[in-house]
Amino acid sequence: MTATLADFGIVFGRVFFVMMFILNLGGLLTWVERKQSAIMQDRIGANRASILGFRALGLFHPIADAIKMLTKEDFLPARADRFLFQLAPFVSVFFGLVAFASIPFGDTLRVGDRVIPLQAVTLNVGVLYVFAMLSLGVYGVMMAGWSSANNYALLGGQRAAALMITAEIAIGASIMGVVMWYGSLSLQEIARAQGGLLFGWIPKWGIVTQPLAFILFLTAGIAATKRIPFDMPEGESEIIGYFVEYSGMKFGMFAMADFLETVVIAGLTTSLFLGGWQVPYLYETGVRFPWGSTIGLPHLLVALLQIGAFSLKVVVMIFIMMLIRWTLPRFRYDQAMRLGWLGLFPLSILNIVLTGAVLLAWGGHP
Amino acid sequence: MRAGQRFYLREVLSGLVLTGHHFFANMGQHIAHAFGRTDARGAVTIQYPEERRPMSPRLRSLHRLVRREDGSPRCVACMMCETVCPARCIYIVADEHPNPEIEKMPSRFDIDLGKCVFCGFCVEACPEDAIRMDTGILEFSSYSRLGMIYTKEMLLALEPAGPDGVPRSPVPIPADRVV
Repeated sequence: MTATLADFGIVFGRVFFVMMFILNLGGLLTWVERKQSAIMQDRIGANRASILGFRALGLFHPIADAIKMLTKEDFLPARADRFLFQLAPFVSVFFGLVAFASIPFGDTLRVGDRVIPLQAVTLNVGVLYVFAMLSLGVYGVMMAGWSSANNYALLGGQRAAALMITAEIAIGASIMGVVMWYGSLSLQEIARAQGGLLFGWIPKWGIVTQPLAFILFLTAGIAATKRIPFDMPEGESEIIGYFVEYSGMKFGMFAMADFLETVVIAGLTTSLFLGGWQVPYLYETGVRFPWGSTIGLPHLLVALLQIGAFSLKVVVMIFIMMLIRWTLPRFRYDQAMRLGWLGLFPLSILNIVLTGAVLLAWGGHP
Repeated sequence: MRAGQRFYLREVLSGLVLTGHHFFANMGQHIAHAFGRTDARGAVTIQYPEERRPMSPRLRSLHRLVRREDGSPRCVACMMCETVCPARCIYIVADEHPNPEIEKMPSRFDIDLGKCVFCGFCVEACPEDAIRMDTGILEFSSYSRLGMIYTKEMLLALEPAGPDGVPRSPVPIPADRVV
Protein backbone atom coordinates (compact mmCIF):
# COMPACT_ATOMS: atom_id res chain seq x y z
CA MET A 1 0.00 0.00 0.00
CA THR A 2 1.45 3.32 -0.99
CA ALA A 3 1.23 6.33 1.26
CA THR A 4 -1.22 8.81 -0.18
CA LEU A 5 -1.37 12.54 0.34
CA ALA A 6 -4.15 12.01 2.88
CA ASP A 7 -1.93 9.70 4.95
CA PHE A 8 0.78 12.28 4.92
CA GLY A 9 -1.71 14.97 5.91
CA ILE A 10 -2.97 12.89 8.83
CA VAL A 11 0.54 12.31 10.18
CA PHE A 12 1.30 15.98 9.73
CA GLY A 13 -1.92 16.92 11.52
CA ARG A 14 -1.13 14.67 14.50
CA VAL A 15 2.37 16.10 14.87
CA PHE A 16 1.06 19.63 14.33
CA PHE A 17 -1.58 19.24 17.05
CA VAL A 18 0.92 17.98 19.61
CA MET A 19 3.43 20.67 18.64
CA MET A 20 0.84 23.45 18.96
CA PHE A 21 -0.45 22.00 22.22
CA ILE A 22 2.93 21.93 23.94
CA LEU A 23 4.34 25.13 22.41
CA ASN A 24 1.30 27.24 23.25
CA LEU A 25 0.98 25.73 26.70
CA GLY A 26 4.71 26.25 27.32
CA GLY A 27 4.52 29.87 26.16
CA LEU A 28 1.43 30.54 28.25
CA LEU A 29 3.10 29.10 31.33
CA THR A 30 5.20 32.25 31.78
CA TRP A 31 1.92 34.12 32.14
CA VAL A 32 0.36 31.41 34.31
CA GLU A 33 3.39 31.39 36.59
CA ARG A 34 3.30 35.15 37.15
CA LYS A 35 -0.46 35.38 37.59
CA GLN A 36 -0.91 32.25 39.69
CA SER A 37 1.91 33.15 42.05
CA ALA A 38 0.51 36.67 42.33
CA ILE A 39 -2.98 35.49 43.22
CA MET A 40 -1.57 33.00 45.72
CA GLN A 41 0.36 35.82 47.38
CA ASP A 42 -2.51 38.36 47.47
CA ARG A 43 -0.96 40.34 44.62
CA ILE A 44 -2.22 41.22 41.13
CA GLY A 45 0.71 40.28 38.94
CA ALA A 46 2.04 41.76 35.72
CA ASN A 47 -0.79 43.67 34.03
CA ARG A 48 0.80 46.71 32.39
CA ALA A 49 1.68 45.57 28.87
CA SER A 50 -1.08 46.84 26.60
CA ILE A 51 -1.89 46.98 22.90
CA LEU A 52 -4.06 50.01 22.04
CA GLY A 53 -5.07 50.31 25.67
CA PHE A 54 -6.18 46.67 26.00
CA ARG A 55 -4.36 44.92 28.80
CA ALA A 56 -6.07 41.51 28.49
CA LEU A 57 -5.15 40.45 32.05
CA GLY A 58 -1.45 40.80 31.29
CA LEU A 59 -1.55 38.26 28.45
CA PHE A 60 0.65 40.53 26.33
CA HIS A 61 3.54 40.20 28.76
CA PRO A 62 4.88 36.98 27.20
CA ILE A 63 4.93 38.79 23.84
CA ALA A 64 6.66 41.79 25.39
CA ASP A 65 9.17 39.46 27.03
CA ALA A 66 9.88 37.72 23.74
CA ILE A 67 10.42 41.06 21.95
CA LYS A 68 12.72 42.20 24.72
CA MET A 69 14.76 39.01 24.65
CA LEU A 70 15.05 38.97 20.86
CA THR A 71 16.33 42.53 20.74
CA LYS A 72 18.87 42.16 23.53
CA GLU A 73 22.59 41.77 22.92
CA ASP A 74 23.57 38.17 22.21
CA PHE A 75 26.60 37.98 24.47
CA LEU A 76 29.38 35.45 23.90
CA PRO A 77 32.01 35.14 26.65
CA ALA A 78 35.56 35.50 25.35
CA ARG A 79 36.81 32.13 26.60
CA ALA A 80 33.64 30.17 25.92
CA ASP A 81 33.50 27.30 23.45
CA ARG A 82 31.66 29.05 20.61
CA PHE A 83 29.98 26.03 19.07
CA LEU A 84 28.82 24.25 22.22
CA PHE A 85 27.85 27.50 23.93
CA GLN A 86 25.47 28.36 21.11
CA LEU A 87 24.21 24.82 20.64
CA ALA A 88 23.31 24.20 24.30
CA PRO A 89 19.97 26.10 24.55
CA PHE A 90 18.73 24.51 21.33
CA VAL A 91 19.52 21.03 22.66
CA SER A 92 17.58 21.82 25.84
CA VAL A 93 14.49 23.08 24.02
CA PHE A 94 14.60 20.39 21.31
CA PHE A 95 14.45 17.46 23.72
CA GLY A 96 11.77 19.20 25.76
CA LEU A 97 9.67 19.50 22.59
CA VAL A 98 10.09 15.99 21.20
CA ALA A 99 9.53 14.27 24.55
CA PHE A 100 5.78 14.81 24.26
CA ALA A 101 5.54 12.92 20.97
CA SER A 102 4.55 9.50 22.33
CA ILE A 103 2.03 10.75 24.90
CA PRO A 104 -1.49 9.91 23.64
CA PHE A 105 -4.04 12.71 23.76
CA GLY A 106 -6.99 10.53 22.77
CA ASP A 107 -8.07 7.06 21.72
CA THR A 108 -8.43 6.28 18.01
CA LEU A 109 -10.48 8.48 15.71
CA ARG A 110 -12.43 6.75 12.90
CA VAL A 111 -12.96 8.85 9.78
CA GLY A 112 -14.55 6.73 7.03
CA ASP A 113 -12.55 3.51 7.00
CA ARG A 114 -9.42 5.11 8.39
CA VAL A 115 -8.41 4.57 12.01
CA ILE A 116 -6.27 7.46 13.26
CA PRO A 117 -4.39 6.95 16.53
CA LEU A 118 -4.54 10.20 18.49
CA GLN A 119 -0.89 10.55 19.41
CA ALA A 120 1.98 12.02 17.42
CA VAL A 121 4.02 8.82 17.22
CA THR A 122 2.71 5.34 18.00
CA LEU A 123 5.51 3.65 19.92
CA ASN A 124 5.19 0.41 21.82
CA VAL A 125 7.93 1.56 24.21
CA GLY A 126 6.55 5.08 24.66
CA VAL A 127 7.45 5.27 28.33
CA LEU A 128 11.11 4.57 27.62
CA TYR A 129 11.11 7.08 24.77
CA VAL A 130 9.83 9.90 26.98
CA PHE A 131 12.44 9.17 29.65
CA ALA A 132 15.19 8.94 27.06
CA MET A 133 14.28 12.36 25.69
CA LEU A 134 13.87 13.88 29.15
CA SER A 135 17.30 12.71 30.27
CA LEU A 136 18.89 13.77 26.98
CA GLY A 137 17.58 17.27 27.73
CA VAL A 138 20.09 17.53 30.56
CA TYR A 139 22.92 17.42 28.01
CA GLY A 140 21.95 20.92 26.95
CA VAL A 141 22.30 22.08 30.54
CA MET A 142 25.63 20.31 31.01
CA MET A 143 26.95 21.71 27.71
CA ALA A 144 25.91 25.19 28.79
CA GLY A 145 27.63 24.80 32.13
CA TRP A 146 30.84 23.39 30.69
CA SER A 147 31.21 25.62 27.62
CA SER A 148 30.61 28.90 29.45
CA ALA A 149 34.13 28.87 30.97
CA ASN A 150 32.63 30.03 34.24
CA ASN A 151 33.04 28.24 37.55
CA TYR A 152 29.51 28.91 38.68
CA ALA A 153 28.06 27.73 35.39
CA LEU A 154 30.17 24.58 35.66
CA LEU A 155 28.89 23.97 39.19
CA GLY A 156 25.35 24.38 37.91
CA GLY A 157 25.87 21.96 35.06
CA GLN A 158 27.44 19.44 37.38
CA ARG A 159 24.55 19.70 39.80
CA ALA A 160 22.08 19.34 36.93
CA ALA A 161 23.75 16.07 35.95
CA ALA A 162 23.68 14.77 39.53
CA LEU A 163 20.07 15.83 40.00
CA MET A 164 19.01 14.29 36.70
CA ILE A 165 20.53 10.90 37.61
CA THR A 166 18.81 11.04 41.00
CA ALA A 167 15.46 11.99 39.48
CA GLU A 168 15.66 9.60 36.55
CA ILE A 169 16.36 6.60 38.75
CA ALA A 170 13.46 7.46 41.04
CA ILE A 171 11.16 8.08 38.05
CA GLY A 172 12.17 4.87 36.34
CA ALA A 173 11.79 2.78 39.48
CA SER A 174 8.48 4.38 40.50
CA ILE A 175 6.74 3.77 37.18
CA MET A 176 7.80 0.13 37.17
CA GLY A 177 4.82 -0.49 39.44
CA VAL A 178 2.48 1.04 36.85
CA VAL A 179 4.10 -0.90 34.03
CA MET A 180 3.77 -4.15 36.00
CA TRP A 181 0.15 -3.46 36.87
CA TYR A 182 -1.03 -2.59 33.35
CA GLY A 183 1.42 -4.91 31.63
CA SER A 184 2.65 -2.61 28.88
CA LEU A 185 5.32 -0.05 28.06
CA SER A 186 3.12 1.69 25.49
CA LEU A 187 1.53 4.82 26.90
CA GLN A 188 -1.54 4.28 24.70
CA GLU A 189 -2.00 0.75 26.08
CA ILE A 190 -1.55 1.99 29.65
CA ALA A 191 -4.14 4.74 29.08
CA ARG A 192 -6.56 2.21 27.56
CA ALA A 193 -6.07 -0.22 30.45
CA GLN A 194 -7.02 2.52 32.91
CA GLY A 195 -10.54 2.62 31.44
CA GLY A 196 -11.73 -0.39 33.44
CA LEU A 197 -13.50 -0.23 36.78
CA LEU A 198 -12.33 -1.44 40.16
CA PHE A 199 -15.01 -3.10 42.35
CA GLY A 200 -17.51 -2.09 39.69
CA TRP A 201 -17.47 1.68 40.28
CA ILE A 202 -13.97 3.15 40.91
CA PRO A 203 -12.17 4.12 37.67
CA LYS A 204 -9.02 2.01 37.46
CA TRP A 205 -6.68 4.99 37.19
CA GLY A 206 -3.03 4.73 38.17
CA ILE A 207 -3.52 7.05 41.14
CA VAL A 208 -5.98 4.53 42.63
CA THR A 209 -3.99 1.40 41.92
CA GLN A 210 -0.52 2.89 42.53
CA PRO A 211 -0.89 5.77 45.04
CA LEU A 212 2.67 5.46 46.38
CA ALA A 213 4.12 5.44 42.87
CA PHE A 214 2.10 8.57 42.08
CA ILE A 215 3.65 10.54 44.94
CA LEU A 216 7.15 9.27 44.17
CA PHE A 217 6.77 9.95 40.46
CA LEU A 218 5.42 13.45 40.99
CA THR A 219 8.27 14.32 43.36
CA ALA A 220 10.92 12.95 41.03
CA GLY A 221 9.19 14.53 38.04
CA ILE A 222 9.27 17.95 39.64
CA ALA A 223 12.96 17.35 40.35
CA ALA A 224 13.45 16.54 36.66
CA THR A 225 12.03 19.94 35.66
CA LYS A 226 14.84 21.66 37.61
CA ARG A 227 12.44 24.12 39.20
CA ILE A 228 12.01 25.10 42.85
CA PRO A 229 12.02 23.17 45.23
CA PHE A 230 14.66 21.25 43.24
CA ASP A 231 16.44 24.18 41.59
CA MET A 232 20.01 23.20 42.47
CA PRO A 233 21.25 23.63 38.88
CA GLU A 234 19.98 27.22 38.91
CA GLY A 235 20.28 28.13 42.56
CA GLU A 236 19.34 31.76 42.00
CA SER A 237 20.22 32.61 45.57
CA GLU A 238 23.68 31.02 45.53
CA ILE A 239 25.35 30.18 42.20
CA ILE A 240 22.96 31.57 39.50
CA GLY A 241 23.71 28.32 37.74
CA TYR A 242 24.39 26.93 34.30
CA PHE A 243 22.91 29.87 32.38
CA VAL A 244 24.86 32.58 34.20
CA GLU A 245 26.68 33.60 30.98
CA TYR A 246 23.62 33.55 28.74
CA SER A 247 21.63 36.58 27.71
CA GLY A 248 18.73 37.43 25.45
CA MET A 249 16.70 34.72 23.76
CA LYS A 250 19.24 31.98 24.56
CA PHE A 251 18.56 32.58 28.24
CA GLY A 252 14.87 32.63 27.40
CA MET A 253 15.21 29.24 25.72
CA PHE A 254 16.50 27.68 28.94
CA ALA A 255 13.51 29.10 30.80
CA MET A 256 11.30 27.81 27.98
CA ALA A 257 12.87 24.35 28.27
CA ASP A 258 11.94 24.28 31.97
CA PHE A 259 8.34 25.08 31.11
CA LEU A 260 8.27 22.50 28.33
CA GLU A 261 9.56 19.88 30.75
CA THR A 262 6.80 20.91 33.16
CA VAL A 263 4.24 20.26 30.42
CA VAL A 264 5.85 16.92 29.57
CA ILE A 265 5.87 15.78 33.19
CA ALA A 266 2.25 16.89 33.56
CA GLY A 267 1.33 14.96 30.39
CA LEU A 268 3.20 11.89 31.57
CA THR A 269 1.58 12.01 35.01
CA THR A 270 -1.80 12.30 33.31
CA SER A 271 -1.10 9.33 31.05
CA LEU A 272 0.28 7.08 33.75
CA PHE A 273 -1.74 7.99 36.82
CA LEU A 274 -4.79 10.06 35.88
CA GLY A 275 -6.20 7.78 33.20
CA GLY A 276 -4.80 9.69 30.21
CA TRP A 277 -7.69 10.65 27.96
CA GLN A 278 -10.18 8.50 29.90
CA VAL A 279 -13.39 10.11 31.15
CA PRO A 280 -14.96 8.08 33.97
CA TYR A 281 -17.79 5.85 32.70
CA LEU A 282 -17.37 7.11 29.13
CA TYR A 283 -16.85 4.29 26.64
CA GLU A 284 -16.53 4.15 22.88
CA THR A 285 -20.28 4.05 22.36
CA GLY A 286 -21.36 6.45 25.10
CA VAL A 287 -21.71 6.85 28.84
CA ARG A 288 -22.45 3.71 30.87
CA PHE A 289 -22.99 4.40 34.56
CA PRO A 290 -22.18 1.76 37.18
CA TRP A 291 -25.86 1.51 38.12
CA GLY A 292 -26.63 0.38 34.60
CA SER A 293 -28.18 3.34 32.76
CA THR A 294 -26.55 4.28 29.46
CA ILE A 295 -26.45 7.36 27.22
CA GLY A 296 -25.42 6.81 23.61
CA LEU A 297 -23.01 9.36 22.13
CA PRO A 298 -21.72 9.77 18.55
CA HIS A 299 -18.11 8.72 17.91
CA LEU A 300 -16.81 12.21 17.12
CA LEU A 301 -18.23 13.66 20.34
CA VAL A 302 -16.64 10.87 22.37
CA ALA A 303 -13.26 11.58 20.73
CA LEU A 304 -13.59 15.31 21.41
CA LEU A 305 -14.57 14.63 25.03
CA GLN A 306 -11.49 12.47 25.44
CA ILE A 307 -9.15 15.09 23.98
CA GLY A 308 -10.80 17.71 26.21
CA ALA A 309 -10.43 15.48 29.26
CA PHE A 310 -6.74 14.94 28.52
CA SER A 311 -6.12 18.70 28.10
CA LEU A 312 -8.03 19.48 31.29
CA LYS A 313 -6.05 16.91 33.28
CA VAL A 314 -2.76 18.26 31.96
CA VAL A 315 -3.78 21.81 32.90
CA VAL A 316 -4.81 20.70 36.40
CA MET A 317 -1.49 18.87 36.84
CA ILE A 318 0.39 22.00 35.74
CA PHE A 319 -1.64 24.01 38.25
CA ILE A 320 -0.66 21.61 41.03
CA MET A 321 3.00 21.70 40.00
CA MET A 322 2.94 25.51 39.98
CA LEU A 323 1.25 25.46 43.38
CA ILE A 324 4.07 23.28 44.71
CA ARG A 325 6.70 25.50 43.09
CA TRP A 326 5.29 28.62 44.77
CA THR A 327 4.67 26.99 48.14
CA LEU A 328 7.78 25.04 49.08
CA PRO A 329 11.18 26.49 49.93
CA ARG A 330 14.09 25.07 47.97
CA PHE A 331 16.11 22.08 49.07
CA ARG A 332 19.79 22.32 49.74
CA TYR A 333 21.94 20.26 47.36
CA ASP A 334 22.73 17.54 49.89
CA GLN A 335 19.11 17.44 51.08
CA ALA A 336 17.89 16.83 47.55
CA MET A 337 20.46 14.08 47.04
CA ARG A 338 19.45 12.45 50.32
CA LEU A 339 15.77 12.68 49.44
CA GLY A 340 16.42 11.14 46.04
CA TRP A 341 18.77 8.30 47.02
CA LEU A 342 17.61 7.48 50.54
CA GLY A 343 13.94 8.42 50.20
CA LEU A 344 12.48 8.11 46.73
CA PHE A 345 14.65 5.29 45.41
CA PRO A 346 14.16 2.74 48.25
CA LEU A 347 10.44 3.56 48.39
CA SER A 348 10.20 2.95 44.64
CA ILE A 349 11.84 -0.45 45.07
CA LEU A 350 9.41 -1.15 47.93
CA ASN A 351 6.56 -0.20 45.61
CA ILE A 352 7.79 -2.66 42.98
CA VAL A 353 7.98 -5.45 45.57
CA LEU A 354 4.50 -4.65 46.92
CA THR A 355 3.01 -4.51 43.42
CA GLY A 356 4.65 -7.82 42.57
CA ALA A 357 3.27 -9.40 45.76
CA VAL A 358 -0.25 -8.12 45.07
CA LEU A 359 -0.11 -9.31 41.45
CA LEU A 360 1.13 -12.71 42.59
CA ALA A 361 -1.63 -12.99 45.18
CA TRP A 362 -4.27 -11.90 42.66
CA GLY A 363 -2.91 -14.18 40.00
CA GLY A 364 -1.83 -12.04 37.06
CA HIS A 365 -3.16 -8.68 35.94
CA PRO A 366 -6.38 -7.75 37.72
CA MET B 1 12.28 17.27 64.73
CA ARG B 2 9.19 15.22 65.34
CA ALA B 3 8.71 12.07 63.31
CA GLY B 4 5.76 13.64 61.51
CA GLN B 5 7.88 16.56 60.40
CA ARG B 6 10.69 14.29 59.29
CA PHE B 7 8.29 12.51 56.98
CA TYR B 8 7.75 15.92 55.33
CA LEU B 9 4.76 14.95 53.19
CA ARG B 10 2.16 16.06 55.72
CA GLU B 11 3.83 19.44 56.08
CA VAL B 12 3.94 19.80 52.30
CA LEU B 13 0.23 19.07 52.11
CA SER B 14 -0.64 21.58 54.83
CA GLY B 15 1.43 24.21 53.00
CA LEU B 16 -0.33 23.44 49.73
CA VAL B 17 -3.71 23.70 51.45
CA LEU B 18 -2.74 27.13 52.80
CA THR B 19 -1.53 28.56 49.48
CA GLY B 20 -4.33 26.83 47.60
CA HIS B 21 -6.87 28.39 49.94
CA HIS B 22 -5.35 31.82 49.27
CA PHE B 23 -5.50 31.17 45.53
CA PHE B 24 -9.14 30.14 45.39
CA ALA B 25 -10.34 32.76 47.90
CA ASN B 26 -8.58 35.53 45.97
CA MET B 27 -9.77 34.11 42.66
CA GLY B 28 -13.35 34.25 43.92
CA GLN B 29 -12.90 37.88 44.89
CA HIS B 30 -11.41 38.70 41.47
CA ILE B 31 -14.33 37.02 39.68
CA ALA B 32 -16.86 38.83 41.88
CA HIS B 33 -15.04 42.08 41.05
CA ALA B 34 -15.23 41.33 37.34
CA PHE B 35 -19.01 40.84 37.67
CA GLY B 36 -19.50 44.28 39.15
CA ARG B 37 -18.93 43.81 42.89
CA THR B 38 -16.53 46.74 43.23
CA ASP B 39 -16.07 46.17 46.98
CA ALA B 40 -14.58 42.69 46.34
CA ARG B 41 -10.80 42.89 46.43
CA GLY B 42 -8.67 39.85 45.72
CA ALA B 43 -5.35 41.59 46.27
CA VAL B 44 -3.88 44.16 48.60
CA THR B 45 -2.10 45.88 45.70
CA ILE B 46 -2.59 49.64 45.27
CA GLN B 47 -2.15 50.30 41.54
CA TYR B 48 0.01 53.32 42.16
CA PRO B 49 -0.15 55.89 39.39
CA GLU B 50 -3.93 55.46 39.09
CA GLU B 51 -4.65 54.72 42.74
CA ARG B 52 -2.90 56.41 45.64
CA ARG B 53 -2.57 55.33 49.21
CA PRO B 54 -4.49 57.81 51.42
CA MET B 55 -1.94 60.09 53.10
CA SER B 56 -2.07 61.38 56.65
CA PRO B 57 -2.57 65.16 56.90
CA ARG B 58 0.59 65.22 59.05
CA LEU B 59 2.68 63.89 56.17
CA ARG B 60 5.71 66.07 55.37
CA SER B 61 5.76 66.37 51.59
CA LEU B 62 7.11 68.94 49.13
CA HIS B 63 7.47 72.43 50.64
CA ARG B 64 5.44 75.41 49.55
CA LEU B 65 5.71 79.14 50.30
CA VAL B 66 2.51 80.65 51.69
CA ARG B 67 1.24 83.71 49.78
CA ARG B 68 -0.19 86.97 51.07
CA GLU B 69 -3.53 88.16 49.66
CA ASP B 70 -1.72 90.09 46.96
CA GLY B 71 0.21 86.99 45.93
CA SER B 72 3.60 88.01 47.31
CA PRO B 73 5.35 85.62 49.68
CA ARG B 74 4.52 85.84 53.37
CA CYS B 75 8.21 85.21 54.07
CA VAL B 76 10.13 88.12 55.58
CA ALA B 77 13.60 86.68 54.93
CA CYS B 78 14.43 86.37 58.63
CA MET B 79 16.80 83.47 57.84
CA MET B 80 15.37 81.34 60.71
CA CYS B 81 14.73 78.35 58.45
CA GLU B 82 18.08 78.69 56.72
CA THR B 83 19.77 78.75 60.12
CA VAL B 84 17.88 75.79 61.60
CA CYS B 85 18.14 73.59 58.53
CA PRO B 86 20.38 70.62 59.44
CA ALA B 87 20.97 69.77 55.78
CA ARG B 88 21.70 73.39 54.81
CA CYS B 89 19.51 73.11 51.77
CA ILE B 90 17.75 76.51 51.95
CA TYR B 91 19.31 79.57 50.28
CA ILE B 92 17.71 82.95 50.89
CA VAL B 93 18.70 86.32 49.43
CA ALA B 94 16.92 89.14 51.32
CA ASP B 95 15.65 92.33 49.72
CA GLU B 96 13.73 95.49 50.69
CA HIS B 97 9.97 95.16 50.59
CA PRO B 98 8.18 97.99 48.67
CA ASN B 99 5.67 98.25 51.53
CA PRO B 100 7.38 100.26 54.35
CA GLU B 101 5.35 98.35 57.00
CA ILE B 102 7.03 95.10 56.01
CA GLU B 103 10.70 95.03 56.67
CA LYS B 104 12.12 92.51 54.20
CA MET B 105 11.20 89.95 51.55
CA PRO B 106 13.20 87.22 49.83
CA SER B 107 14.38 88.05 46.34
CA ARG B 108 15.54 84.46 46.05
CA PHE B 109 14.31 81.45 48.03
CA ASP B 110 15.82 78.20 46.76
CA ILE B 111 15.46 74.75 48.32
CA ASP B 112 17.85 72.05 47.16
CA LEU B 113 15.70 68.93 47.44
CA GLY B 114 18.71 66.81 46.70
CA LYS B 115 19.98 67.75 50.16
CA CYS B 116 16.70 68.16 52.07
CA VAL B 117 16.08 65.50 54.72
CA PHE B 118 12.38 66.41 55.23
CA CYS B 119 12.81 66.97 58.98
CA GLY B 120 10.27 69.81 59.00
CA PHE B 121 12.44 72.07 61.21
CA CYS B 122 12.00 74.96 58.74
CA VAL B 123 8.23 74.76 59.15
CA GLU B 124 8.55 74.78 62.95
CA ALA B 125 11.12 77.58 62.99
CA CYS B 126 9.19 79.97 60.77
CA PRO B 127 7.72 82.85 62.84
CA GLU B 128 5.47 83.99 59.98
CA ASP B 129 3.99 80.57 59.05
CA ALA B 130 5.38 81.25 55.59
CA ILE B 131 6.70 77.78 54.73
CA ARG B 132 4.66 74.62 54.97
CA MET B 133 5.14 71.01 53.88
CA ASP B 134 1.53 70.11 53.12
CA THR B 135 1.36 69.85 49.31
CA GLY B 136 1.05 66.06 49.32
CA ILE B 137 3.49 65.96 46.40
CA LEU B 138 5.98 63.12 46.68
CA GLU B 139 7.00 62.65 43.06
CA PHE B 140 9.90 64.97 42.40
CA SER B 141 12.84 63.62 40.51
CA SER B 142 15.40 64.91 38.10
CA TYR B 143 18.18 63.74 35.85
CA SER B 144 20.62 66.29 37.29
CA ARG B 145 21.45 67.90 40.62
CA LEU B 146 20.51 71.31 39.26
CA GLY B 147 17.05 70.01 38.54
CA MET B 148 16.52 69.28 42.22
CA ILE B 149 16.76 72.98 43.13
CA TYR B 150 13.26 74.45 43.48
CA THR B 151 13.03 78.24 43.20
CA LYS B 152 10.79 80.80 44.90
CA GLU B 153 8.41 81.00 41.95
CA MET B 154 7.91 77.22 41.82
CA LEU B 155 7.32 76.99 45.58
CA LEU B 156 4.91 79.95 45.58
CA ALA B 157 2.71 78.36 42.90
CA LEU B 158 1.90 75.28 45.00
CA GLU B 159 -1.42 74.63 46.77
CA PRO B 160 -2.01 72.60 49.94
CA ALA B 161 -3.19 69.03 49.48
CA GLY B 162 -6.86 68.10 49.64
CA PRO B 163 -8.40 66.59 52.79
CA ASP B 164 -7.41 63.01 51.84
CA GLY B 165 -3.85 64.03 51.05
CA VAL B 166 -4.31 64.15 47.28
CA PRO B 167 -2.16 66.94 45.81
CA ARG B 168 -4.14 69.78 44.25
CA SER B 169 -1.38 71.43 42.27
CA PRO B 170 0.64 69.73 39.52
CA VAL B 171 4.13 68.51 40.24
CA PRO B 172 6.50 71.38 39.45
CA ILE B 173 8.73 70.10 36.70
CA PRO B 174 12.34 71.31 36.78
CA ALA B 175 13.68 72.81 33.59
CA ASP B 176 15.91 69.85 32.79
CA ARG B 177 13.17 67.22 32.92
CA VAL B 178 11.65 66.32 29.58
CA VAL B 179 8.35 64.77 30.65
